[in-house]
Amino acid sequence: MTTKMKSDSHPAEVTSAEHWTLRLYVAGATSKSAIAFANLKRICETHLKGQYEIEIVDLVKNPERAKADQIVAIPTLVRRLPPPLKKIIGSLADEERVLVGLDLRPT
Amino acid sequence: MPFPQLPKTPTGIDGLDEITRGGLPTGRTTLVCGGAGSGKTVLGMEFLAHGIMDYGEPGVFLAFEETEKDLEQNVASFGYDLHKLQKEKKLFIDHIFIERSEIEETGEYDLDGLFIRLGSAVDAVKAKRVVIDTIEVLFSGLKNQAIIRSELRRLFRWLKDRGLTAIVTGERGNGTLTRYGLEEYVADCVIVLDHRVTDQISTRRIRIMKYRGSLHGTDEYPFLMGDRGISVLPITSAGLNHAAPTDRVSSGVPELDDMMGGAGFYRASSILLSGTAGTGKTSLAITFLKAACERGEKALYLGFEESKAQVMRNMRSIGMDLQPFADQGLFHFHTVRPSSVGLEAHLATIHKRVEEVNPRAVVIDPITNFISQSDSAGVKSMLTRLVDYLKMKEITTIFTNLTAPSGQLEGTRESISSIMDAWLLLRDVEYAGTRSCALYVLKSRGMFHSKVMREFRMTDTGIHLGEIYTKGLADRQAANEHVETDLAAFGRNPGGRS
Repeated sequence: MTTKMKSDSHPAEVTSAEHWTLRLYVAGATSKSAIAFANLKRICETHLKGQYEIEIVDLVKNPERAKADQIVAIPTLVRRLPPPLKKIIGSLADEERVLVGLDLRPT
Repeated sequence: MPFPQLPKTPTGIDGLDEITRGGLPTGRTTLVCGGAGSGKTVLGMEFLAHGIMDYGEPGVFLAFEETEKDLEQNVASFGYDLHKLQKEKKLFIDHIFIERSEIEETGEYDLDGLFIRLGSAVDAVKAKRVVIDTIEVLFSGLKNQAIIRSELRRLFRWLKDRGLTAIVTGERGNGTLTRYGLEEYVADCVIVLDHRVTDQISTRRIRIMKYRGSLHGTDEYPFLMGDRGISVLPITSAGLNHAAPTDRVSSGVPELDDMMGGAGFYRASSILLSGTAGTGKTSLAITFLKAACERGEKALYLGFEESKAQVMRNMRSIGMDLQPFADQGLFHFHTVRPSSVGLEAHLATIHKRVEEVNPRAVVIDPITNFISQSDSAGVKSMLTRLVDYLKMKEITTIFTNLTAPSGQLEGTRESISSIMDAWLLLRDVEYAGTRSCALYVLKSRGMFHSKVMREFRMTDTGIHLGEIYTKGLADRQAANEHVETDLAAFGRNPGGRS
């Protein structure tokens, strides 16, 4: 799995430029995580091409990182930018729900 | 024949280890349930704090409801410095916050995030004890109940596999122990906390509902949330193992000492002083305390009817000045309205004052007001524990008790007389247009005592007992002016006290 390019200190004004910072929390290389990542990648390529970045955080390697985003369920996708913070848990199987969760679709 | 005992982990909470016969089951999970504000969080935190400070067992607190800061502040008043314990790497607090409104769910998930956080916390401090408060938040924070249930089952197994002694708290449901049925996962030990308000008086109770493989007390025990956290009464159950001193202490009235086998009360005994309104119970009880002060002993007056100033003034009217003893730090007052706080809070106060003052003589004036304030079973067990406690500390105590004028003295409520060692009665006697007062000793365990009724007189030089009370005496009184003067000098309206 890949890692990220940008951190959460990303300036806020970028939000208006439709820049998306996503973080996917997983716990080890489980099939659930792999499916979630594949689903996310596909959705982003379709709807956010060229304006997103995905950071994968493996809590098995970095357990201390679970606290910052209050992670309980695995996998959890966190939309860091644009604000407000959004979380989607699960394998991201339902594209519609993911788009609603990310505010890419009017509810 | 000795059977192997279930290993237990002491909570270090006053009294709780006694009713559980040693603590919570080691390496297992105990469910603590109760309504909002029943003390679940404090119990959990005390379990960890005592584990660290008294038993060298580090702990982890997973808080679903309160932040670390809130927790630190809430228990700071009980004298626990959580900040310090965390810095010393003996305590790990993790606040887990789930905001349903910002979470969308789609597809399969598990709670590995929770497991990883708990696991790393346990590893970080090498925890032996874990508290999860309260995991039911998961049910309201997440939608997929099937996943939560299977993950909870996994969590409890995980705790057991790791050999952690855990407390899981749960909010009381409507007609069920917990709102989401946590009890079906926790099979070993279930403790129920209850905070109820009866007649606007709050009392807290604790009950061990279930303790697999162990004897335990099954009653509901009152408990306190005092300055030092939770204490379950009995604070220490003295039972009937206290010593029985044979030395005597004076009642402060020489004639009464004569009636009590010539030497007064046994030290560390409990004396019930019953009487109708205005017969002088408080005066007689305080005379006893003053006698203790004169011997250089500390005395404590716990009053629930009159203010300190009122008591001092009234005692001066019969020639007793308590001020010098108060100034010397021998005579201590504690006065409070009985209804202002709950029953168990009163017990807490009494214990606290007794611990602070460390008196040899105590008066509780009166216990009647306690009896009126709550259910009788609660009062009886409270008094029993109080009597045991005072005996254990070798304190001689007088309990006053207001009886109804109808004359049912022997029918003293709550059959509290059975737990008392001696019982004195003050009774109105009316004859030939004069009302006076008679004292007699109804019982006094372990000594020969006078069976006669003697005239009880409060004069400006204190309390005196007259001759054997007879009809003739009353005749004499009626004719005798100085008796009238005595009563006038005392100036106390016999019916004046409620």
